[in-house]
Amino acid sequence: MAKSQDIVKLERTAKTKNAVFKTLMYIFLAFWGLVVLFPFYWMLLSSIKSYASYMGERLPKFYASDPTFDNYINAFTQVPLAKYFLNTLIFTVITTLLMMLVIVFAAYAFARLDFKGKSFLFVGFLALMMIPNELVIITNFVTITNMNLRNTFLGLILPSVTSVFYIYLLKENFEQVPDELYYAAKVDGTSDLKYLFKVMIPICRPTIITVIILKVIECWNSYVWPRLITDDANYFLVSNGIQEIRENGFGRDNIPAMMAAVVAVSLPLIILFLVFRNKIMEGVSREGTKG
Amino acid sequence: MTKSGVKREGIMGTLSGWLYLAPALAFLIFFMVYPLIDVFIYSFEEGYNSASQTYFGIGGYNYSYVLRDPYFLQAVKNTFILVIFTVPVSTILSLLISLALNSIEKFKKLFQTIYFLPYVTNTLAVGLVFMILFQKTPYTDGLINLLIKAMGMSPVDFIEGPYWAKMFVLCVYVIWIVMPFKILILTSALASVNPVYYKAAKIDGASKTRIFFKITLPMISPMIFYLVITGFIGAFKAYSDAVAIFGVDLNAAGMNTMVGYVYDMLYCDGGGYPSYASAAAIILFAIVLTITVINLIVSKKTAPKG
Repeated sequence: MAKSQDIVKLERTAKTKNAVFKTLMYIFLAFWGLVVLFPFYWMLLSSIKSYASYMGERLPKFYASDPTFDNYINAFTQVPLAKYFLNTLIFTVITTLLMMLVIVFAAYAFARLDFKGKSFLFVGFLALMMIPNELVIITNFVTITNMNLRNTFLGLILPSVTSVFYIYLLKENFEQVPDELYYAAKVDGTSDLKYLFKVMIPICRPTIITVIILKVIECWNSYVWPRLITDDANYFLVSNGIQEIRENGFGRDNIPAMMAAVVAVSLPLIILFLVFRNKIMEGVSREGTKG
Repeated sequence: MTKSGVKREGIMGTLSGWLYLAPALAFLIFFMVYPLIDVFIYSFEEGYNSASQTYFGIGGYNYSYVLRDPYFLQAVKNTFILVIFTVPVSTILSLLISLALNSIEKFKKLFQTIYFLPYVTNTLAVGLVFMILFQKTPYTDGLINLLIKAMGMSPVDFIEGPYWAKMFVLCVYVIWIVMPFKILILTSALASVNPVYYKAAKIDGASKTRIFFKITLPMISPMIFYLVITGFIGAFKAYSDAVAIFGVDLNAAGMNTMVGYVYDMLYCDGGGYPSYASAAAIILFAIVLTITVINLIVSKKTAPKG
C-alpha cells in the first residue's frame, strides 16, 4: 500500500526532528563527560611535565613537549608516599576484614536466628543509621586520646569496624536464602556456625563482595578521622599524606611532583572501579533505594 | 513459620543470638550510643579541661560562646551559601543529565561509567587539581583565568582572592563531587518507570514536555525528594572539599564550614575544646534536623498519595 505524500513528509520531519534532538543530547552528554574527565586529564598531563617546562609555561599547554617520569620518582623518593600507601593498605585490609567478621555474625543473627529482644534490637539498629558521624566523633576522639591510642593503627581502626548500613544490607540478602536449606542442614546436624560459613556466605557471595569493595573505597578515601587521630607522619594515610605534601612536601611550587603523587593516589581506586564497575554502581544505588 | 527465622526454644537460643550480635553491639554501644549521649553532656559542661577532665559548672555558656564566635558565624554563613547553591544546581543538573542519558542507547554505558568516576576518587587528591586549575600565581594565571581572559574579562585569583571567587570554586568542586551519586540514583529511577505509561501517552499524542511533567516527574518525584533531603544533609556536612582546595587552615582562608569549625575546636591550632566542639555540632544538627523535617513535610504535601 502506498502512503500518501503528506504522511511521508510528516514522517520525514519527525525523523529529522528526532535526529536533531539526539545530536543535542549527545553534545550535552559529551560536554558533561568533558567536565568530569578534564581534571583527570590535567593531573596526568601536569604530572609528566618537567618542573622547568611547567614553570616556563605562562600559558598552560594542553600537551607535554618533553614527557618525563621524574616526577613519579620524586614523589616516591623525596616524600614518604610509599609509607603513606603502606599505612593505607594496612588500615584498609585490617578494617575491612574486622568489619566483615563483625557484621556477618550480626546480620546472620538478625536474619536467621530467633531470640528474645530481636525485633526491639533491630529497630534500635535502624535508628542508629540516622546518627551522623560528626556528632559521635567528638567523644570518640577524646576516648581514643585518653586510651593513648593516638598515632596507632588500633586507634585508626577501632571506630570504623562496624557499619549499621552494611549489617542491614547483608541481613536483607541472608533472608533471601530459602528456609528449607536451614532445616535440611539442621536435620543433618549442622551447627548454626557451620551453616553460616558453609551455606550462607557462599550463596550470598556477590553481596559480600560488594560490601567489601564499598568498604575498601571508604577506607582508602577516609580523611577526617585519620586527620584527628594522627599527627605523626609515620601513621598518615594517603589523604593526609597528600595534604602534608601540599603544605610542606616538595615546596608549594613544584606542581608536577604534587600531581604525580595525586595520580598515584587516585589510580588504585580508578582501577578497582573499572574492574568492579557493575558491583560498585549497584551497591551505591542500593544506598539510594533503601530509604 | 516466620520468614525471619526458626523458633528455638529456651535460653540457649537467646544466648546464641546475642552472642552472634555481641561484637557489633559492643562496638556500636562504645563508639556510637555512648558518644551520642556524651556529646550532649560535654556541650553543657562549662570550662571543661580535656587534660584534667574537670569542669567548673553546668550551663549554656558553651552555646552562647559558639554563637558569638565570629569564626563560627563565618562558618555558618559559608555553609548556608554552599547549601543554597549546590543543592538546587546539582539536583537540576543531574536530572537533566539523567534525562539525556535515558533518551540515548549508544554509548550509554560509557557515559555512565565516566560520570561515576568522581565518586571513587580521593576528595583531597583531586581537590589539588581544582586548586591548580583555578589558581593565579606570579608566574601563571592558570587555565580557568586563561578562559576568562579569552572572554575579555580580567583574571581573578580563585584560591587566595576575593570571597565570592573562593566560594565559587568551592561550589563547583562540591557539585562535581556529588553529581555521580545523583546521576546514578536518577537514571535508575527513570529506567524503572513503567514503559506502558509512555506508550499510552504517545497514543494520546502528548508532547514531550507534557509527558515529562505529567508522567516522568510525578513517577520519579520520591527519588528527587530523597536526593534533595540527602543533598541538604550532605552539603551541611561539607568539610573535606574545602580542605582539599584551601588547605587545613580554613579560618585563615575565611572558608571554614560548620563541620570544619567543630573539628578545629576539637583539634588543630585552636583545639582542645571538646565542649565548644560539642555545642557547635549540636547546633549544626539542630539546623539539619529542622530542615530535614521541613523537607519531609513539603514532600508529603506534594506527593500524589497523602
